[in-house]
Amino acid sequence: MIRSDPSRTRTLSLGPLRLRYRRRTLVTGAILAAAAVVLGLAGMQTGTISLAFGDVLGALFGQGENRSIKVIQKIRLPRTLTALGVGACLGAAGATFQSISRNALGSPDIIGFTTGAATGAVAQIILFDAGPGATALAAVAGGLLAAGIVYLLSLSGGVTGGYRLVLIGIGVGAMLTAVNTILLAKGDSDLAAEAHLWLSGSLAARNWGHTVPVLAAVVLLLPVLLALSRNLNQMEMGDDAAQALGIRTERTRILAMTAAVGLTAVATAAAGPIVFVALAAPQLAFRLTRSEGVHIGTGALMGAVLVAGSDLLSQRLPIQAAVPIGLMTGLVGGVYLLWLLTRSKQV
Amino acid sequence: MEDVLSGRDLTIGYDGRTVSEHLDVVIPPGSFTAIIGPNACGKSTLLRALSRLLKPQAGQVFLQGKDIGSYPTREAARRLALLPQSSTAPDGITVADLVARGRFPHQSLLRQWSEEDQSAVSAALQATGVQDLADRTVGELSGGQRQRVWLALVLAQDTPVLLLDEPTTFLDISHQLEVLRLCRTLHRTGRYTLVTVLHELGLAFRFADHVIAMKDGRIVAQGAPAQIATPELMKEIYGIDVLVITDPATGGPMVVPLEPEYSDAR
Repeated sequence: MIRSDPSRTRTLSLGPLRLRYRRRTLVTGAILAAAAVVLGLAGMQTGTISLAFGDVLGALFGQGENRSIKVIQKIRLPRTLTALGVGACLGAAGATFQSISRNALGSPDIIGFTTGAATGAVAQIILFDAGPGATALAAVAGGLLAAGIVYLLSLSGGVTGGYRLVLIGIGVGAMLTAVNTILLAKGDSDLAAEAHLWLSGSLAARNWGHTVPVLAAVVLLLPVLLALSRNLNQMEMGDDAAQALGIRTERTRILAMTAAVGLTAVATAAAGPIVFVALAAPQLAFRLTRSEGVHIGTGALMGAVLVAGSDLLSQRLPIQAAVPIGLMTGLVGGVYLLWLLTRSKQV
Repeated sequence: MEDVLSGRDLTIGYDGRTVSEHLDVVIPPGSFTAIIGPNACGKSTLLRALSRLLKPQAGQVFLQGKDIGSYPTREAARRLALLPQSSTAPDGITVADLVARGRFPHQSLLRQWSEEDQSAVSAALQATGVQDLADRTVGELSGGQRQRVWLALVLAQDTPVLLLDEPTTFLDISHQLEVLRLCRTLHRTGRYTLVTVLHELGLAFRFADHVIAMKDGRIVAQGAPAQIATPELMKEIYGIDVLVITDPATGGPMVVPLEPEYSDAR
């Protein structure tokens, strides 16, 4: 049974379950999910051999020429799933941090976590050169370490403040960028070139080894954030109001930040630093759903759409070399950031 | 009536800075209590301790006879509501949605809404006179309307104890009266114990039926407005000379600060 009440929020009753939803949010989510699937399939058409849409679908289910089945299942499907998963990770993480910091700029790529992951990866490549697996691990470690430092520095009286988090994050991020540059300048030139490539963020040559951790992160951590989103919503009214309503604010914050940092780190480990998706996806989701609060679900879907869309663009643009996806999102997202900065009252 | 809210031997403060020591306070059940006193006397700190937002360094707060810290925090939130000094309405939220957030302690992940939630929200919108604004966004309201909406959120929480931290700050006189008249109406239903921190003496003595006067973290006196509104106590608490007259509008006490250069006028 579906009933409306004075607000735009509706209630879905299923046995003892009573779930609250907004129709606009559901419809937006469904459209974004469909868009993500279509963009993903379209992306799988492109490559050294072009495939018709029907051939892609067939190959996914093991139908058609052996060669296309192999190309799709071994090469293009993992790449596409990585793109969608990375986008979902970044979108959900961005939504979480923007909610916690109550600031559109409070996204992991602005407040140093993505840079921290990059520092880990670059240090691994330049100093140890132990292969792609180690690079991914180092990126995760670097992201977590940067997040820990930002968190501890922004603690004031046992409470993490919004502005503090953003400003300290930007400061830590700037320092880590310098560290990255030093590492690149000091390192062996071949290794530095490899690190450079990693730093531009890429989905090229992703295999199931990249895909599985990303999908695992989505499956394990996204539900945690979705479950916490009711608390996060209340915390947007301020800590006092949320605590008075029976929320353990600092515990919620630590749990949500840990999950979001995990998502960011895994995504960065898989595809390198893909910027602006975490910043833009939740904001776009907010504008499309016209709904207040934290946009974990729609933010994740929007992130998937943005990354899959950018990947498709970077493959199909009529320029000689394929533009790495990290630079692509940087170009598009930079424009968006400028727009945000010029119209924001808060910054 | 049994003990509703009290503090026993409270030592409270922030980060090693102690604001109050060995404070004993009993909020009379069913009262409309106003806590008054000069700036930084510990009024809001006491309210935060009573609302469990600030854990006392020593001593205990009792809510309905039990240590407030022994309740699960959501359970406490079903018995006691707090309107903090400043809260932020999320961007673009409607009045009805904001008020509905007061139902949080009555809900769970799998049971996010019920008939009771619906009727509590409607009743709260009605009681605060904002039902016609239900579909408006909070951002487009006036200061007085907005404060009534926050009060509606607290009422929707459906608790017998309401704590309001300076609910009239930043409001002009008409909105101050609007909010406090609403509090008085709530008080007269007999269903609530109300505790407010108030800066305006005139309003405190006019609307409250029990006044707690604080200075330097201590409770100097408490009682009915007529017992607190005396020249001696006002001198002690605020260091000012006042004349206490009968409020021509209500028949209650009214304090009028004296001006030395007009002393002949008396």
